[in-house]
Amino acid sequence: MIVAQLEGQPLVRWDWVFDHLDDIWNATAEHLALTGIALGLGLLISVGLSLLARRYRKTYTPITWVTGILYTIPSLALFSILVPITGLSIVTAEVGLVSYTLLILIRNIVAGLDGVSPAIREAAEGMGYTPRKILLEIEIPLALPVIIAGIRIASVTTIGLVTVAAIIGKGGLGFFILQGLRRFFTTEIVVGAVGSVVLAVVIDLSLVMIERALTPWARAKVTL
Amino acid sequence: MEFITDVVEFFATASNWTGSTGIIERTLDHVGLSALSMAVAVTIAVPPALYLGHTGRGGFLAVSVVNIGRAVPSFAILALALPISINLGLGLGFWPTFLALVALALPPMFTNTLTSIGEVDASTVEAARGMGMTEAEILRRIEIPIASPVILAAVRVAAVQVVATATLGALVAWGGLGRYIVDGFSQRDNVEVFVGGLLVALLAIATEAFFSAVERRVVPAGLTRPSDIRAEVQLRGQVPV
Repeated sequence: MIVAQLEGQPLVRWDWVFDHLDDIWNATAEHLALTGIALGLGLLISVGLSLLARRYRKTYTPITWVTGILYTIPSLALFSILVPITGLSIVTAEVGLVSYTLLILIRNIVAGLDGVSPAIREAAEGMGYTPRKILLEIEIPLALPVIIAGIRIASVTTIGLVTVAAIIGKGGLGFFILQGLRRFFTTEIVVGAVGSVVLAVVIDLSLVMIERALTPWARAKVTL
Repeated sequence: MEFITDVVEFFATASNWTGSTGIIERTLDHVGLSALSMAVAVTIAVPPALYLGHTGRGGFLAVSVVNIGRAVPSFAILALALPISINLGLGLGFWPTFLALVALALPPMFTNTLTSIGEVDASTVEAARGMGMTEAEILRRIEIPIASPVILAAVRVAAVQVVATATLGALVAWGGLGRYIVDGFSQRDNVEVFVGGLLVALLAIATEAFFSAVERRVVPAGLTRPSDIRAEVQLRGQVPV
């Protein structure tokens, strides 16, 4: 019976889509908010840990080791482990989403800062720049292309992961995918899947434009 | 506190381990389908990537495959596999999960194999050619060993992604460890949800450790650095699942 229900169903029932534009819009907004919070917090933590790793080199290996393990744990498993503690809440979703951004962001921030030529740093020192000024005015701007490359990867993967959070009720467009699976309704699956991909592409392109605006002197080689 | 004792009790109950819904059977299902999907994906992804990498073509394809792979969430791949599977007359459960897992494992293995073979130092390849090696010999004896750290790392990454996504198979009526999570959620049984999450996390970490051990054994000694080789490998298209 279920099978017959899916068989011969049109890929997208446009009348359903037009009837639910409001819901789709709200889900998209939730999707963006979840992604934005995850990236913001992830960036904050990553900058802190990256500076720590650069100050005390020995901490870099344990930092990448721990964030690497977090990265390995499947999101659905992490959500499941957190639910008994933090419930079906936005906290559960964000703890998971933030933890997946860390490895990518830290690697790119450290690589970007390390990539600044020592000659430039020395020249700045010679001109009387303090370490703080060197970091803020020399190193970070020069590392920006690599750092933004990391932010791009982190944002695209986070947008994908948000869909999984639908199972704890905080999934943005993932809600439609889950609902479509439960009701055997292809249109909903397609709306959720395509919506999430479109969102990822739009955010990625916006970040490319932001990078171009911020670093007019460089056309960066993007690390895949 | 009560929650922790409930979890301990779950693991201490023999009937939770045995039978068709037991931990043992579900773990075996989970590992079995993941291994099968990986075997099929390796067979599909690696040979063409070796060929394209050796001939120096397909660079654009490599980048595109990885970008598409990253933008399409694994959950979406799995969900879209359901109507496809049903319209092909393959039904629920095994087939949609299998199709999704294969599709998911392809991009990182294809792209990293292609680029790593392509990035083998041209002068090394020239020297081998000058020594009279055939193209097949160059690929087998020079390029593949030199590229092996990256290729194996890509296999490891794909395997972890497959094990992770197999969990979602429970949403399309497949078994495996995801059943604990999905059933637990629908029955509002946090103990079962937690147990499922724990088992899946452990399995993913075990998969990572297993393939890391394989890498250390298989990569030729001259290519490993004193430091962990994984730090040297820049992988493309690694996504958390």
